[in-house]
Amino acid sequence: MRTIFDYEKRSGTGGILPKLDVPECGVGKLLPKGLIRRAEPRIPNLSEPEVVRHYTALSKLNYGIDDGLYPLGSCTMKYNPKVNEDVARLPGFASVHPTANPELAQGSLAVMYKMSRLLCGITGMADVTLQPAAGAHGEITGMFLLKRYFETRGETQRTRILLPDSAHGTNPASAATAGFSVTEIASGPDGLVDLNVLSGELDDTVAGVMLTVPNTLGIFEENIVKITAMVHAAGGLCYFDGANLNAFLGHARPGDMGADVFHFNLHKTMSSPHGGGGPGSGPVAVSESLVPFLPVPRVREDGEHYSLDWEQPQSIGSMHSFYGNFGVFLKAYAYILTLGDEGLHEAGENAVLNANYLQERLKKTYRLPYDRLCKHEFVLSGKGVGEGISTLDIAKRLIDYGFHPPTIYFPLIVHEALMIEPTETESKQTLDRFAEALERIATEARENPQLLHDAPHTAPTRRLDHTRAARHPILTYPFGE
Amino acid sequence: MRYIPNTDADRKAMLAAIGRSSIEELFADIPQVVKDRFQPLGLSPKSEMEVRTEFDSLAQENEAANAISFLGGGIYDHYIPSVVQHITSRSEFYTAYTPYQPEIAQGTLTAMFEFQTLLCELTEMEVANSSMYDGGTALAEAAMMAARVSGIRKIAISRALFTHYRRVLDTYCWASGIKITEIPTIDGHCDFSRVPSGVGGVIVQSPNAFGVIEDLAGVKEAIGDALLIVAVNPVSLGIVAPPGQSGADIVTGEGQPFGLPASFGGPLLGLFATRKAYLRHMPGRLVGQTIDADGNIGYTMAAQTREQHIRRGKATSNICTNVQLCALAATVYLASLGGDGLRDLAVLNLEKAHYLADQLSALPGCSLKYMAPFFNEFVLRVPGDPQKIRAGLREEGILVDDPAHMEALGITGALSFAVTERRSRDDLDLVVDLVGRML
Amino acid sequence: MGYPTQYRYTKDHEWVELDGKRAKVGVTDHAQSELGDVVFVELPTVGTAINRGDTLGTVESVKAVSDVYAPLGGVIVEVNSELEASPETVNADPHGTGWLVVLEVSDLSEVDALLDAAAYEKLVAEE
Repeated sequence: MRTIFDYEKRSGTGGILPKLDVPECGVGKLLPKGLIRRAEPRIPNLSEPEVVRHYTALSKLNYGIDDGLYPLGSCTMKYNPKVNEDVARLPGFASVHPTANPELAQGSLAVMYKMSRLLCGITGMADVTLQPAAGAHGEITGMFLLKRYFETRGETQRTRILLPDSAHGTNPASAATAGFSVTEIASGPDGLVDLNVLSGELDDTVAGVMLTVPNTLGIFEENIVKITAMVHAAGGLCYFDGANLNAFLGHARPGDMGADVFHFNLHKTMSSPHGGGGPGSGPVAVSESLVPFLPVPRVREDGEHYSLDWEQPQSIGSMHSFYGNFGVFLKAYAYILTLGDEGLHEAGENAVLNANYLQERLKKTYRLPYDRLCKHEFVLSGKGVGEGISTLDIAKRLIDYGFHPPTIYFPLIVHEALMIEPTETESKQTLDRFAEALERIATEARENPQLLHDAPHTAPTRRLDHTRAARHPILTYPFGE
Repeated sequence: MRYIPNTDADRKAMLAAIGRSSIEELFADIPQVVKDRFQPLGLSPKSEMEVRTEFDSLAQENEAANAISFLGGGIYDHYIPSVVQHITSRSEFYTAYTPYQPEIAQGTLTAMFEFQTLLCELTEMEVANSSMYDGGTALAEAAMMAARVSGIRKIAISRALFTHYRRVLDTYCWASGIKITEIPTIDGHCDFSRVPSGVGGVIVQSPNAFGVIEDLAGVKEAIGDALLIVAVNPVSLGIVAPPGQSGADIVTGEGQPFGLPASFGGPLLGLFATRKAYLRHMPGRLVGQTIDADGNIGYTMAAQTREQHIRRGKATSNICTNVQLCALAATVYLASLGGDGLRDLAVLNLEKAHYLADQLSALPGCSLKYMAPFFNEFVLRVPGDPQKIRAGLREEGILVDDPAHMEALGITGALSFAVTERRSRDDLDLVVDLVGRML
Repeated sequence: MGYPTQYRYTKDHEWVELDGKRAKVGVTDHAQSELGDVVFVELPTVGTAINRGDTLGTVESVKAVSDVYAPLGGVIVEVNSELEASPETVNADPHGTGWLVVLEVSDLSEVDALLDAAAYEKLVAEE
């Protein structure tokens, strides 16, 4: 692919910025020689049509939700409503500086406050911070909150976090950042937390558990109330990874299940676009006992008047330069206002129905390690589809059928995993076509396996050599080579 | 609900296919006690038209949106070329997922490869990641990386950091058990003669919180084995000597000035660049060049074994989603401006800021707090109460930073000003005139 | 590829070639096959003292990172620096030129706990 560095050098394309309108002093007079750049950065100068064609061409090499189904498990790739994009772009919001006097940013503060209240209502929890910029950021925020909580109680011997072996990689990584050690709990044969194993691990060195509800197999922890009660009885707290909130949106609330900390992924459940890898937003809701430790500043309301409150002596400090990804809040807030209670309930219903429908059809062709009611996602295995055929081969062949592959090789407790989450914004017709594609691929796996090994055939590139990329990293444009 | 394509007939057929008689049955796995506790929000759905009206009305309550801004602190009012938003609004870019399937994500991956390259060119560092959340967390990650690499859980930081950078650093260092010592400032810049020994990293910001450009010559050599971490304003690198030239080990920054609106502080764009020798210790996503089965060049995520989805508890960072679309905006911004345009931009900022500084410091009782070289931000000593001046300017629709921020850094009786290419000569002369009349 | 009978093995898929007090250590063919293409090998520095069961390094493939455990306690006296430029040697010749470290064994009685080739082959077959 041509990069901007591959174009012929050229200069003086200018015209975006006006000429200097104050008397010129000269860089040499204003800065000592030692502080001035010696070498020019090799940034090309392209005409506007070239820039536009270049990035337009690049965009066509991508696949987004607007192109088709994106059944990535635990990613909730639902439709990104366009009205959300428009309201997020209003100049009245976009041009406000974060350190502007709060009196002059009442509209933005109102959005933050009102959305915070709605997020508390959705979770049934006491309060929320909007600062975390992504789910993983929410996780470390949660871990920091736990750390401060136990510090203030003099229980610093609580250094362990328990989590199931099906946990997303960010969970142990987040716990480790906060200085906790991680104990993995093996899931039972039903894919759920084994209460006996959990009980055996619970003692006064445990700070808490990190659970994804439903778990990454798409199965709801039916013992969730028991689990949280057990952890609380042992003096620990319960962190819920909210990546899978779409499974029970409008039906149940994590606060009612015993969660003490819960993070949202607004770029999943609340329809904000994924942007090719962000920006996201990971607000963290907490139970009453953790409220004093929330990051500063807090947004306060006093009769339709909003302010920023920095006086929180027990706060963990700040997790973000300012207040979080405000631009993403606008989209999520617009989404929640659009849906209302009715829409939230419908979203959860249709997400779960779509997943169960697909699961029922596909289990006839693929191994379903946990054959039971799922929530919004389910996990198949690519094992046994064909001799020498891997899940990777199946995924790459799906690309030729015009679909983005599901999540592969996760969760780790299923070999050759294929994690599928259709979301509620897909039609039965799309699901049928997807299932048909997977069924055809299973047949091809037996009759013409090379087709899978060599896939994709019709994507902008053929299969890429990751080994080469990893062994001989070329991480910047190879100028002069 | 218009976002849900399935009809009642579809749902009926699907329920029949799975042998269920109602959707409620699909929620039988949620404990009844939990379902009984459920309470709705008490929110009726709004039509699209009503949503637009609601947001229009909220936006109108932001008086700051129409003001002439001299606010800075890492977030600046720069001109965003039209091309940027046209490209980032293409749905193939903004509705795409993280590029775990590179064959159908070459758009995102190529642009990120460009972004990494542009950042390395600007900073004169060897490798850059494809973004972190913001300048504050990028700096915190740099501190944690220095502790990892050196094995010493102590860092020294310049006093002259933005207060919000300091807050985030304090939080992350407390949580990860890294001790912070402060390096004092002298005449507005970091006193490098007072860097403590026995630390794993030294953090400096340039231009610093006072707008002063730090002279890094000889600093790396003076701090022994500690990693030199420099937090930058990337626009300044259009003319200011980059930290890579002075042997910096890690460079971080806030990339908002490159094509992103202020947006009340988010989303932002964390910049992170380092040396190739530290590759395995660095956080964040990296995009690398490779070839496909036909031998054609393509791009893919590289060195993923550092990341959470493989390394899990031993990952260099837990970061997963970053701010890819913001990095794309920055890439398109730099491509539009070009190297020449970036230099012009930096010169405009430098000259205009100095013009304002000269004019203001000529007013009775006013003077520049520091005589050190600065880029586009400076601190002005004013007679009387700076809050009064700030309030007076606000009445005329002009915004300057709350003096409390400078007070937190030990400077009283002063106002700070950030000047960008968006402030016309008329804007600047107006401010001088208004301040003059208030004195 | 068979498993050399003169080597000893661990259940974590390391092999040991003993020569007096010197033990050459590597990962087995089974390990390299499970990992896939090796892209990076992290090795300890010469002179490091290590106990049996400690992590002495890692072997990274594109999709996974595997800890390498010390089959015996001792001091690292040699590391295979070829692997820095050619990590793929671990895949190509895991039992030969793909060796990782040589250590000087502190307690030879620990060798008794290691598996012989037949026992290791049985273990692999059962996995």
